[in-house]
Amino acid sequence: MLKQTEGSKAVAEAIALCRPEVICAYPISPQTHIVEALGEMVKAGELTPCEFINVESEFAAMSVAIGSSAAGARSYTATASQGLLFMVEAVYNAAGLGLPIVMTVANRAIGAPINIWNDHSDSLSQRDSGWMQLFAETNQEAVDLHIQAFRLAEELSMPIMVCMDGFILTHAFERVDIPSQEQVDAYLPPFEPRQVLDPAEPISIGAMVGPEAFMEVKYLAHAKQMQALERIPQLADEFKQIFGRDSGGLIRTYHIEDAETVVIAMGSVLGTIKDVVDEMRAEGHKIGVLGIISFRPFPLELVRAALIKSRRFIVLEKSLAVGMGGIVATNVRMAVSGTGLKGFTAIAGLGGRAIPKSSLHKLFRQAEKEELEPVTFVDLDWDAVNKQLEREKQTRRSGPIAENILHDKGIVSAKFG
Amino acid sequence: MSFQPVKFYQTGTLTVGNRLLAQDERSVQANQMRSNSINSGHRACQGCGEALGARYAIDAAMAESNGQLIAANATGCLEVFSTPYPESSWQIPWIHSLFGNAPAVATGIAAAMKVKGRNDVRVVAQGGDGGTTDIGFGCLSGMFERNDDVLYICYDNEGYMNTGVQRSSATPPAARTATTMPVGPEPGNVFGQGKNVPEIAMAHNIPYVATATVADLRDLEYKVRKAMRMRGARYIQIFVPCPLGWGAASHDTIRLARLAKETGMFPVFEAEHGEVTSVLKIRNKVAIEEYLKPQKRFAHLFGKHAHPETVARLQAIADRNIRKYGLLAEGGN
Ligand SMILES: Cc1ncc(C[n+]2csc(CCOP(=O)(O)OP(=O)(O)O)c2C)c(N)n1
Ligand code: SF4
Ligand SMILES: [Mg+2]
Repeated sequence: MLKQTEGSKAVAEAIALCRPEVICAYPISPQTHIVEALGEMVKAGELTPCEFINVESEFAAMSVAIGSSAAGARSYTATASQGLLFMVEAVYNAAGLGLPIVMTVANRAIGAPINIWNDHSDSLSQRDSGWMQLFAETNQEAVDLHIQAFRLAEELSMPIMVCMDGFILTHAFERVDIPSQEQVDAYLPPFEPRQVLDPAEPISIGAMVGPEAFMEVKYLAHAKQMQALERIPQLADEFKQIFGRDSGGLIRTYHIEDAETVVIAMGSVLGTIKDVVDEMRAEGHKIGVLGIISFRPFPLELVRAALIKSRRFIVLEKSLAVGMGGIVATNVRMAVSGTGLKGFTAIAGLGGRAIPKSSLHKLFRQAEKEELEPVTFVDLDWDAVNKQLEREKQTRRSGPIAENILHDKGIVSAKFG
Repeated sequence: MSFQPVKFYQTGTLTVGNRLLAQDERSVQANQMRSNSINSGHRACQGCGEALGARYAIDAAMAESNGQLIAANATGCLEVFSTPYPESSWQIPWIHSLFGNAPAVATGIAAAMKVKGRNDVRVVAQGGDGGTTDIGFGCLSGMFERNDDVLYICYDNEGYMNTGVQRSSATPPAARTATTMPVGPEPGNVFGQGKNVPEIAMAHNIPYVATATVADLRDLEYKVRKAMRMRGARYIQIFVPCPLGWGAASHDTIRLARLAKETGMFPVFEAEHGEVTSVLKIRNKVAIEEYLKPQKRFAHLFGKHAHPETVARLQAIADRNIRKYGLLAEGGN
């Protein structure tokens, strides 16, 4: 059913349609509206049988999900930013134990300085945790990816993060087609666990494993993700048959056939990028777009195939590998190694900085001419940066960096949440 | 279950004479049908109080739940000695996730059982004192506060044993650990620190809080069974001497547990909804030295460079427990 609704609300409805049995959550912006909506559904008896547990931390949220999933219940939680980092030990543990938990990450920057706005630093910090990571471009896709995520997670018995841009998607009202219960039931069978805590058949889960078997367990997590590379496109096809929409898959391309320059990105910024590409195409530029939906597993071969006919690519990413450059870019470079393709990294939108079309026009044109540095920081205020660097040269006790920058920029009071 | 202390004394020892009891009052361990939840062959040190305590506690919980029991275990000696790959001692469904999250994992299991309508399946969580009073404390308090249907059992050996005997917030003052060495002007663990988790548990007003020791195994079984007949968050802290970490003889585990209780160092009591409902009285009050001397972790208090004033401070702690909990029997010695 078509609805004009908030992204978070739409995702909550999608989760409810997936018949979760245990939901545990701890509030953090911009994830709150999702779990608030689910909490209300459970309390009103609209989502049943389901237990909604108000836990005392994100570490507990993931730990409750570990317990409930291991006991055979379909389990869901959601978080962002500091919350994701607070649960990290349990995030790795859930993957190590092979528990098919689905978690929404409402992508948000990581402090310090504390910042509630969107970038991808949070989920990308967990790229090696063993969780699969799917990035939604629109709220429709966020809805659809959650339904596919439960199916995939439970098939492989591995956890999945569905990542959606905080505020930009979670708090945006737009038209979303909410599937019917019949459609979701036809797509998503009841949870049949591979391992379950059951007094009728006692097993030990999470036993200590030494060097004699540890590598095999870890390899199998990798093997599962390699299986996911095959299953994700198939599940998207099946999804289309039942729901009548293209949604999901590993990557999505736009005007890539004859493109000499390809822009690569993840999440909602793809919308702005496509608008800019449309405008540049109208002027005759041979530019295209490669959207990465599945960041883990990373579709190396598909990315390579998508880029192979181009001359150069630019990865626009909302994350920073401090001391190195880009995170997504590093993965893309791995995909094209040996091709001789020219590649650029553009770090943009950190902490919610707007990524306007004008900046992208400039950036993409520079990329076309190969005038960019290997790593570009889009719309960075060099004056502010240089002033602080100079201050640090002059004064030993130069003070807190963030406060200095705010002062230099003349922002008297910043809003924190 | 009715206790018949007079009869027990008739056996001439402090052990419980099963033969004197009616069939249905005999101990779980005496029953051939006991579940042996944690099987022999595990790798605990000889005389490990924790292995003994876990065996009695979990078998009692199994008896009371008709075998419908799931356990969540924190990282620590119990987890490590019971499940080195590819062996597991556990004859019940058992999960180990992390050091600090056993209460939350148990909450998740209990929630799953509730949605599945399996009210017959009961959940225990267990961990060492470090996993309970320190790193798992946030999750524990959350589980208490929500009154989740979980029995949490803390095996208190007063230190981080699995990592080589470091101080925890359950380590007593003056005790030597690897991080509270007997050096400097105030050797061993300092006074005036530490956490009394049974009392903090009581402050959550949960249905049941109890302490027990591996010296009074009948009492331990009774408390576990009683806790298992209740719903909601329940907490039992079991005093489990650790021969390795305390520098004590393996054959002294039970004796030290008994001395901890008989000196007043470890008050043994029950509380319901935040109020103490019973205490295990001291039978023969013993001076603190008797408890301290067999343990190398207190060796620096005696001998050539003795610290009698520190021993006196420990005695004062024991005396305060005796006063506070009324541990001396009426007209007792
Ligand atoms: C997050 C984390 N920090 C530290 C450790 C290391 N560690 C494992 S067991 C343990 C000590 C356990 O002490 P306690 O809970 O008292 O149990 P015991 O071994 O004494 O029975 C420590 C510190 C860990 N596994 N995880
Ligand atoms: S170190 Fe202590 S607690 Fe650990 S197994 Fe040995 S005796 Fe038991
Ligand atoms: Mg301990």
